[in-house]
Amino acid sequence: MARAATTTDAFNAIAEPRRREILDALASGERPVGDLVDLLGVAQPQISKHLRVLREVGAVEVRSDGRRRLYSVNGEALKPIFDWVSEYERTWTERFQRLDDVLEELKSNEREEGQDDEQRDE
Amino acid sequence: MSNATSSRKAEVTLPGDDQILITRDFDAPKHLVWKAFTTPELVARWWSGHRGRTTSAEIDLRVGGKWRYVMEVGTGPAAGAEIAFHGEYREVVPNERLVSTEVFEQIPDDYAVNTMTLSEVDGVTRMEVLVQHNSKEARDGHINSGMEGGMQEAMDLLEEIAISLA
Repeated sequence: MARAATTTDAFNAIAEPRRREILDALASGERPVGDLVDLLGVAQPQISKHLRVLREVGAVEVRSDGRRRLYSVNGEALKPIFDWVSEYERTWTERFQRLDDVLEELKSNEREEGQDDEQRDE
Repeated sequence: MSNATSSRKAEVTLPGDDQILITRDFDAPKHLVWKAFTTPELVARWWSGHRGRTTSAEIDLRVGGKWRYVMEVGTGPAAGAEIAFHGEYREVVPNERLVSTEVFEQIPDDYAVNTMTLSEVDGVTRMEVLVQHNSKEARDGHINSGMEGGMQEAMDLLEEIAISLA
């Protein structure tokens, strides 16, 4: 089993942006692959590949309905990981908002200095 | 303009088994982002978020130089508690790239290597912080600590900071 250690890790499986889109799309209810292709505008082989990864880590389940295969989210398996990524994201988002404030100040200082320089040049 | 930037989210992905990647765009040229990221009195203003207070930020900005940040938790059950991080600079390329080790002093046996890179397009600077743990287990420890015991208290502090955003 040398294959793709990264894709069998639940955290990686769920943190990949496209796979999070698929999970978002499945959050409202089970869907066939074709729905996901239409919704996300991604070719079916790619969608199928992502679904396979998500199934391997237990994040997505599938059942047969006649000839269709319907995919759904296994919410319980996902919640801790979603929670962690969201919290981590919030922590950094907040830090960076304060960094924005510092940058606004540095920018206005630089503008003022630039004006001073111009005045001196004149 | 500042309204647009303040709604920007930090994007977090897990690109490898032992990695965490944080990406964010800033509405400022990269030499100012670098300045805000590496000047102690400026770091003290943003690093702790809203709930905590950065009581100390030491930066010796050269290869082999040390850094250490200390935060005092401002509110909640752990108010007054201090948490600290420190490390050493491995690469310093002004306005471009900063590589440093990071140790969370509550679990001193583990460390990560953080690579911060800046790229600027049309006055907007993209910052990427790649957190490289020395193993998948260490990264998952970083992650799992938010959900399980052990580091729970420290993670609660981080969570409080995060929640205060709302």
